[in-house]
Amino acid sequence: MMIDPLVLMFALGVAARLARSDLRFPEPVYEALSVYLLLAIGLKGGVVLSHQPLADVALPAVFAVFAGFALPFVLFPVLRNAVGLGRADAASVAAHYGSVSVVTFAIATAYLQQRGIPAEPFMPVLLALMEAPGIIAGVMLARSRAATGAPVFREVAVNKGIVLLAGGILIGYIVGTEGYASLKPVFSDLFRGLLALYLLELGLVVGGRFPDLRRAGMPLVVFALVTPLVTGAAGVGLGSWLLGLSAGGATLLGVLLASASYIAAPAAMRMAVPEANPALGISSALAVTFPFNVFINVPLLAWLGGMS
Amino acid sequence: MSVSTHRRCQLTIIAEYVLEEKLIALIGRLGAHGYTVHEVRGGSFAADGERRREGAGETDRTIEMKVICERATAESVAQQVLGQFSDHFSVRVLLAEVEVFRPGMY
Repeated sequence: MMIDPLVLMFALGVAARLARSDLRFPEPVYEALSVYLLLAIGLKGGVVLSHQPLADVALPAVFAVFAGFALPFVLFPVLRNAVGLGRADAASVAAHYGSVSVVTFAIATAYLQQRGIPAEPFMPVLLALMEAPGIIAGVMLARSRAATGAPVFREVAVNKGIVLLAGGILIGYIVGTEGYASLKPVFSDLFRGLLALYLLELGLVVGGRFPDLRRAGMPLVVFALVTPLVTGAAGVGLGSWLLGLSAGGATLLGVLLASASYIAAPAAMRMAVPEANPALGISSALAVTFPFNVFINVPLLAWLGGMS
Repeated sequence: MSVSTHRRCQLTIIAEYVLEEKLIALIGRLGAHGYTVHEVRGGSFAADGERRREGAGETDRTIEMKVICERATAESVAQQVLGQFSDHFSVRVLLAEVEVFRPGMY
């Protein structure tokens, strides 16, 4: 079986960092790549959505928002009791796992495309919808009183991930295939190559995070490995049986539930719950769950999606 | 022709990137006339020499903010910044005397 070059790029980044190579991406390049990826995913989703009756999206959309919001409430007691975290830390980590990782989604989409497995065109919409609810749930869990504060909601709602994804979807939906044709050379044809560059940089960041894991402790590492297996399988099952998604669609829903945010959630939780240790969420999401999803869980969930 | 100079304080705040907006709002409220901000890289070490926090990468970027102002303003900014943020965030605040040419700007 051919190994995906995207995965190898990521592995190269991790290896380079662990070998203490001086390889480093300039910050603006990294930032520009993440803007590109978010916009490209949004645009493509919006274009395909323009051919689709919107009513088809309603039920999966409601499910996605509900699942993203509910997940931290399910994970919170596990983090408190089984992992042994304090209230703020448990809420912060739960928020990371309630929200989603755009790059994991992109890798899973590329994985399915390479194998010719089709998925529902509205999946990027679910991705955009699932970014915020988990973070809001995490903030609510961290604060014993119901007052979570409007600034946090505003900050979450206008974070760059949501603005670019939702904005891209909207623009793609408005311009349709014809309008998108002029953007296609940049946003479709170059996509995999630029994703590969992004993954190389992400590998460097992940490699630098490994020392944090020692301090995070084994229970959190186990949590970061077991959670995506369980939530991913649940997502595939529910996507297939409850929502009637195709094998590809159910796989992507599983991937969304299995993935953990490492950009939007850390920044939002840092401000909303400053007493939480930021290293716990980001390290488990980025250094354990992300590589686990890339190397093992995405193929596993695709296999499960094909079975269901 | 000699140019006269005037004493002011330069407050340097090195902090987590996520605090930037809050710091700008705070110094504006406390009467500073302006500021400069740039991103920096750096880290800190625990007592055993182990690296504790590396201010690199998207998620834990670090900024350095400079504010030149009257001493009283600098002191109240320093007090507020440390009081509000030093418990849970990585923050360093330094104060230095500088000489400026146009005192009205600070």
